[in-house]
Amino acid sequence: MAQAEAVDSVVDKQPVIEVRDAVKRYGVGDASIFALDGVSLTIEAGEYVAIMGPSGSGKSTLMNILGALDIMTSGKYFLDGIEISSMDENHLSIVRGRKIGFIFQSFNLIPRTTALANVELPMAYQGIKPKERRARAMVALDVVGLGDRINHEPTELSGGQQQRVAVARALATRPALLLADEPTGALDSKSTADLLDLFDQINAAGRTVVVITHEDDVAHRAKRIIRMRDGKIISDKLNEERVA
Amino acid sequence: MSVFEIIRFAIRGLFTNRLRTALTTLGIMIGVASVIILLAVGNGSSKAIQASLDRLGTNSLQVRSGGGGFGPRARASASSQKPLTILDTVALADKTQAPDIKQVAPIVSTNGTCVVGANTSTPSTFYGTWPAYYEASNTSIQKGSYFTNDDVTNARRVALIGQTTATALFGTSNPIGQTMRCSGIEFTVIGLTSVKGASGFQDGDSLVLIPITTMENTITGNQALSSILVEATKSTTTTAAQSELTTILDARHGITGRKTADFSVFNQASLLTTASTSSQTFTTLLGMVAAISLLVGGIGITNIMLVTVIERTREIGIRKAIGAPKAAILTQFLIEATILSLLGGALGVVAGLIGSHFTIAGTKPVIVPASVFLAFGVSILIGVFFGGYPASRAASLRPIEALRYE
Repeated sequence: MAQAEAVDSVVDKQPVIEVRDAVKRYGVGDASIFALDGVSLTIEAGEYVAIMGPSGSGKSTLMNILGALDIMTSGKYFLDGIEISSMDENHLSIVRGRKIGFIFQSFNLIPRTTALANVELPMAYQGIKPKERRARAMVALDVVGLGDRINHEPTELSGGQQQRVAVARALATRPALLLADEPTGALDSKSTADLLDLFDQINAAGRTVVVITHEDDVAHRAKRIIRMRDGKIISDKLNEERVA
Repeated sequence: MSVFEIIRFAIRGLFTNRLRTALTTLGIMIGVASVIILLAVGNGSSKAIQASLDRLGTNSLQVRSGGGGFGPRARASASSQKPLTILDTVALADKTQAPDIKQVAPIVSTNGTCVVGANTSTPSTFYGTWPAYYEASNTSIQKGSYFTNDDVTNARRVALIGQTTATALFGTSNPIGQTMRCSGIEFTVIGLTSVKGASGFQDGDSLVLIPITTMENTITGNQALSSILVEATKSTTTTAAQSELTTILDARHGITGRKTADFSVFNQASLLTTASTSSQTFTTLLGMVAAISLLVGGIGITNIMLVTVIERTREIGIRKAIGAPKAAILTQFLIEATILSLLGGALGVVAGLIGSHFTIAGTKPVIVPASVFLAFGVSILIGVFFGGYPASRAASLRPIEALRYE
């Protein structure tokens, strides 16, 4: 393990996320609103970062841009060393599939489709052979503790279980970055605790995790907390209780 | 990502929305089936008109005594008129002078009443002729036999009768071999003709045919013919046959101009042209109705595909967020639309073929093979085209826009 980290630090010099002067403006002229007003941010591999802020602070916009779901008005964005701020939609879809694992507040599983098929889907779009992706999907579902529910459709699963399917789907592609947008927003406290334990476990295995949330207890599980307000980062510090 | 995989997604998409799939398929099916059936009905009715014209004998021309006109001019020329004779008939049968004439039959017509016991019947057609008449007038025998050239030569008292006459005189009993008395002369019925149907105002089955010699010897007593029935070699050569026979008769009767002509020619080909034009109009009209129903089916597909895309916008957003390229989404929706229209089209063809077996509005439909391919092809084109538009709209959505959609 120590050896692997040493190799990582040599080979993987570049950060997972490097954002420079990100600006996202809606509307034009006097009526325009800056959702992001010059945000610069660097996240290294293996970090566990929480981005916090009230509604309208720009955290969701930042999340959409980090996830390559939206484009910024100006600024540069490097994801795992690749500049994606200038990519077209077709290349972005490839980047999303290979580099990013999404977890959404509303789970966003494909309806009327089994858990296994849902987890396999991103790998199918990447062109991974059915045999291999089935094996990887089974492993991922085992990791999140749903190995016995692979043939259940989303409506047959509880909220917590659906979110764990989403986590399995995100993990199965072995992304550089796990990006979670209010992942516990629709969960009860027991499911929330389970999910946060799962995130700890994933991060402990070396995966970079970025969680966007407005809940303090979720944020405090992260090792680094970034606070936003009015489209700007107002504080960015390590979470002493976790790092220490 | 393989095409096979995308096809699987598309099929799964169709299966998860069974009702929608079934309704769309039904819409296209009805469109395609109605095109096939309506065109078959149009075609069937035009075939029926054609057949009834054929039955009348469209290859035939009728030469009658007298000029083309009535009134003073016709009467003025009456003195110089020469009647049509058997010799005229023989002259028309000359293959070298009239290559487009197949055969000719002289007709001596009379009015008379036939009696069997208490039953009487006045046939609307009471002709003396010879055997060439059968083919030239499309007369066939249902029961019994024709009278022959031998019967004509010997002026035998035999007769063929039509169905209407047979029923009037003999009721349901078999008329063959029985005797009847027409215009005071006793005839043996040797044949019953097949049903001809009505032509114009005349009942074609109110008919008595006897050898021309018998007619002349016993009833009319003179040598003048009422008319000559001429059969052209083909329906397309009737015009040529008409000019040939006019030339021959002009020469024989010493006619120099049409005004002094003592005979006139009636051509049934012109009747055919009129009838087929009107049946074509009918077919076109039905075809348009059918095309509209196919178009409505197509709009149905577009509508359903649009609704599908809107309903599944979120799903499209999810797919794009987890790395689906635009082409994969576009292909999936296109394949869904294609499968729908293929399925609907195929079922429509089957329904159309089955439906065309029934008699519709008194017409036996006759399938136009081109209409099957046309309807099927158009339904697929419509599916791909109208399904393609919403699909490309869906595929072009930014994932963030699609995901925000509720």
